[in-house]
Amino acid sequence: MSEIDLSPLPKILNPYTALGRSGLLPALHAAQKHYGWLPQEVAKEVAKALTVSLADVHGVIEFYSMFYSEPVGEKMIRVCTDPACALKGADELLDHLCSHHDVQPGGTTADGVRTIERSPCLGLCEQAPAVLFNDEAESYIDLEACTYELGRPPSLVYGTIRELTENCGSETASLDVYGEYTALKKAKMMQPANVIAEIKSSGLVGRGGAAFPTAIKWEGAANADGDEKYVICNADESEPGTFKDRVLLLDDPHSTIEGMCIAAHAIGATKGYIYLRGEYPYILPVLENALSEARDAGYLSEVFDIEIRLGAGAYICGEETALFESIEGKRGFPRVKPPFPTTNGLFGMPTVINNVETLCNVPLIIKKGADEYRKIGTEKSPGPKLFCVSGDVEKPGLYEVPFGVTLRELLTMAGCDTFQAVLFGGAAGAFAKPEHLDVKLTFEDLRAAGLPLGSGVVMVFNETRDLRDVLARLGKFFAHESCGKCYPCQMGTQRQAEILARIADGKMRVGDTERLQDVGWTMIDASLCGLGQTAPSAVLSAMKEFPELFVESGE
Amino acid sequence: MADEITLNIDGQEVSVEPDTTLLDAAKEIGVDIPTICWHEATTSNGLCRLCVVEVEGQRVLQPSCIVKAGAGMQVRTRSEKVVRARKTILEMLASSVDLSDAPEVLTMMDEYGASPERFPDAERREIEVKDDNPMFLRDYEKCVLCWRCVQVCAEDAQYTFALSFNGRGYETEIGTFFDSEMPATSCVFCGQCVGVCPSGALKPKREFLLEQGMSPKEITVMSSGRKKRKKKI
Repeated sequence: MSEIDLSPLPKILNPYTALGRSGLLPALHAAQKHYGWLPQEVAKEVAKALTVSLADVHGVIEFYSMFYSEPVGEKMIRVCTDPACALKGADELLDHLCSHHDVQPGGTTADGVRTIERSPCLGLCEQAPAVLFNDEAESYIDLEACTYELGRPPSLVYGTIRELTENCGSETASLDVYGEYTALKKAKMMQPANVIAEIKSSGLVGRGGAAFPTAIKWEGAANADGDEKYVICNADESEPGTFKDRVLLLDDPHSTIEGMCIAAHAIGATKGYIYLRGEYPYILPVLENALSEARDAGYLSEVFDIEIRLGAGAYICGEETALFESIEGKRGFPRVKPPFPTTNGLFGMPTVINNVETLCNVPLIIKKGADEYRKIGTEKSPGPKLFCVSGDVEKPGLYEVPFGVTLRELLTMAGCDTFQAVLFGGAAGAFAKPEHLDVKLTFEDLRAAGLPLGSGVVMVFNETRDLRDVLARLGKFFAHESCGKCYPCQMGTQRQAEILARIADGKMRVGDTERLQDVGWTMIDASLCGLGQTAPSAVLSAMKEFPELFVESGE
Repeated sequence: MADEITLNIDGQEVSVEPDTTLLDAAKEIGVDIPTICWHEATTSNGLCRLCVVEVEGQRVLQPSCIVKAGAGMQVRTRSEKVVRARKTILEMLASSVDLSDAPEVLTMMDEYGASPERFPDAERREIEVKDDNPMFLRDYEKCVLCWRCVQVCAEDAQYTFALSFNGRGYETEIGTFFDSEMPATSCVFCGQCVGVCPSGALKPKREFLLEQGMSPKEITVMSSGRKKRKKKI
């Protein structure tokens, strides 16, 4: 094996050494960018430079799927095989690539040039099938026509209103287009408590999936004692079928940044982080540019500044406490709650963490005022909402509508007349049937119908699709993404995936229904965090709505 | 005492000092709650979830090793939900790991009627025994991932930081830096990890050799054979 030249390392690691352990992920990213992978000697130097134990550096490299402790090709091809891409031929694409380059999935070609691996959802569902080719999105891949789009993924924005997506679709993200941070200016004229009161009257709840009232978080952090307070933008969008935050950040990063600045003013934060998922590397330069524009314009300064942290392939880091651990340079293990982030968040300090879409609502609310904002949507679900429509529809894309339109209206816009099932809310969601067409898309109506709004996923499956294949993919997804900390999820996602795989194969065993129920309910009731608690959601929903798919054969 | 907290566990009133965990509160009235990852010497991580209980008003089950007693709390330690979770967790564990050296877990399985055959065709953790030092063996097929060894090696006791994890999810395994052999790590062979292992995954070499049928005398001869006189300068 050739010797590894360590001489460039000190310079590469220099920007991160002062950060200590919390510089671990950025340092590993930088080192991997230079060497292509993370050899032991390099990991040792990183440990030394950041004064982190060798074992812990190893543990972190091992946790994140986009860090490699063995050589990989300079051309890294990650093929999404999750449901939306699978509908559009992802398996055939992966097979084709692998046989063409004579390599197994997860392997590197004999010449060492290419590595081809299966990837969890890349957030390119409306332009499936898709691949992440090094740092670029490759989408609309058509094997027969030999065509694809490479580079910045296009934004397909539809719907009936353009509140959150006003600047989206035009593919320009500059401050010149965005204009002044007028909402921030207005907020700064207000007392922090009044800003929080305004958000509270708007009725804004989190758009990341949990629908927690935003103002309650802000109030908690504002009232908490702490030497330092943090505002974090959760841009670790990874729920299969979700791509709204990708569009918002690519086309309109300033809305998010302005939302963060307003949050910082409201709670008294001096530092912000945007945690961007590792599968969105092409958003990084856009965000960096936007932050530098905001600094030049004086919106960000030593009073409040924002740092970007790039994830490295771990769905669990979308869980808020796992995300803190990741910023702190650790494996993304979720923490036991309580204590909650508002009092004990990042570095143990009071922290507000909001999803991208949630933060984009903030400037809108401040600009319009809560009363005006509430005219959009319904009484109990005020505001605009983004839906990520993918699968078997004519016009997949991002749809902005007021809360309260029906599923029928949404699907009609997307050009879908008939369907077998709609996966609502993502992998952690549930299935809707045609009988749900007149359900209004609001928190309260969906809850009554037993459908989670989640992150706004609406993935459509037509009558020809085998939902058992979809479930097997979801099962595999959760088994791949479980952090492994708590027993119910660590083993439950694996057992669930095994059972779903054999059901998809037509080899369901006697007792599998009961096994899925017991494993599922154990995960829901006893898992430590939201990942495990929702991992069986779609499976249990399918068993209820489509019992005919689960027929136990004799042994 | 004035500041004692009174709660109800399985229909019994119990008063405890503030900051008492539900696990300890239950112990005071003789209610036994099973645990695997909990150890008096390590920080509770609430990860095995065997100790979960039903607390009225809470959506999901609560880890009793962490959750503190609250005034007026209504706690059920053996509700249907709790029993299903414990039984299923134990069955999944038995389908993943070799529990032959974990007598406490086997007793729990009997108590909860957990069948080791519940999950046919389950992928088991199959890992080769690591015999890389004269002090102890690492047989991770028996590892229940309670994390205690990692904890005592780090801030909970020794501050040696020799251990971390390989992989994640079901593939998680206790590991060293790039799988280095123990003597090449920062390990000081304090033996605390061996002491807190609940499932025989970490075992003193002597115990292992005895189990293999070697006599104490043979083992003594074996170890004395390694003795070397100090080199004269």
